Amino acid sequence: MSVMTASVAADSVFIEIGEISLALHVQDSSFRRMVEDRYSGFVGSSRDSQCEFEIDLYDSSEPVLTDDDQLEVKLEAGEWLLKRGDFRGRWNPRTKRGHIRQSRNPYAIDSVLRIVHSLILAKQGGFLVHAASAIRRDKAFIFSGVSGAGKTTISRLAPPDVTLLTDEISYVRREGNRYFACGTPFAGELARVGANQSAPLGALFFLEKGLRNSIEPIGPTEAIQRLMRNILFFAHDPELVKLVFQSACEFASVVPMHRLIFVPDQRVWDIIR
Amino acid sequence: MAEKYIARSTAIAARMLGGEMMVMSAADSTFFTLNEVATVIWQAADGRTPLSEIVAGKICHEFEVEAERAQHGAERFVDELSQHGILLVSDRPFDSPPFAETP
Repeated sequence: MSVMTASVAADSVFIEIGEISLALHVQDSSFRRMVEDRYSGFVGSSRDSQCEFEIDLYDSSEPVLTDDDQLEVKLEAGEWLLKRGDFRGRWNPRTKRGHIRQSRNPYAIDSVLRIVHSLILAKQGGFLVHAASAIRRDKAFIFSGVSGAGKTTISRLAPPDVTLLTDEISYVRREGNRYFACGTPFAGELARVGANQSAPLGALFFLEKGLRNSIEPIGPTEAIQRLMRNILFFAHDPELVKLVFQSACEFASVVPMHRLIFVPDQRVWDIIR
Repeated sequence: MAEKYIARSTAIAARMLGGEMMVMSAADSTFFTLNEVATVIWQAADGRTPLSEIVAGKICHEFEVEAERAQHGAERFVDELSQHGILLVSDRPFDSPPFAETP
């Protein structure tokens, strides 16, 4: 259900990722256009927005908020407080309203979107994970790994019948006992926005570069440990950590997880099915 | 040597999977996979049973380990987990132990 009123809709951009729409209310039209361009393919309509953010921009002549790049996300009196050198924000998950004061750089709003989505997903049994993902023959596959593991490589090698959802941050949504991977606009080295599509998850692979292409088994506890290492959770809030851990365990009981050892050529896709 | 009492912290997330106990600290996100012996100690950490009694009654008995060796191993395990706030340690029984449920 939308939380927006018609009067503010004209000054707003609606970004819809993983079927969750966030309304960004910002008066500066050039910033609005930048957001629409950056998230092109993920711009939705006001009817469906679930959360609303007022965005204030500080002028380039003003000093930056701080030089501190350290991100801080904490829950205080029922509100999530978000803080980094280039933005300050608050979001109330109960009223679904928030406020952001940020620089004009696109990375600030990118971070805010990731944080808010990760918090919303945690309550629903889903998560964001450092991973490439793609759809092939109506099934989604996630390729997880730290920087350098091969997320961009495997994305670049994808044959034409593969729809790339992201080469950097994958979006996992839970519906009942099923998990879906959804496209995100969060691009990595490919610098390409993913397709705004979703599909039921077929498998999650932990990427390892090697001398052959093979899918190897992985024990459940090791799989969960590796998955937890790659899940994005910005707030070290104890309740949130517990939620994400339980989500990872439940995910592991439903979605097959394997090691994918691969050489960097297109033949690796022959074994992804 | 002073007696030790151990209790599971509530600031953790734990899950038994495939016969192994996974424990994660909610405070610093450190992750432990406990072996069979460590799982028994973990499950027995009720805040009221002395560690020596857990070792004698469960570890030595169930795993046929010599008492001194078992006690030494248990102490090391307890020290490590307590450093991450996963186990709480006291020299007297906990009044109302802040148990985490054993999954």
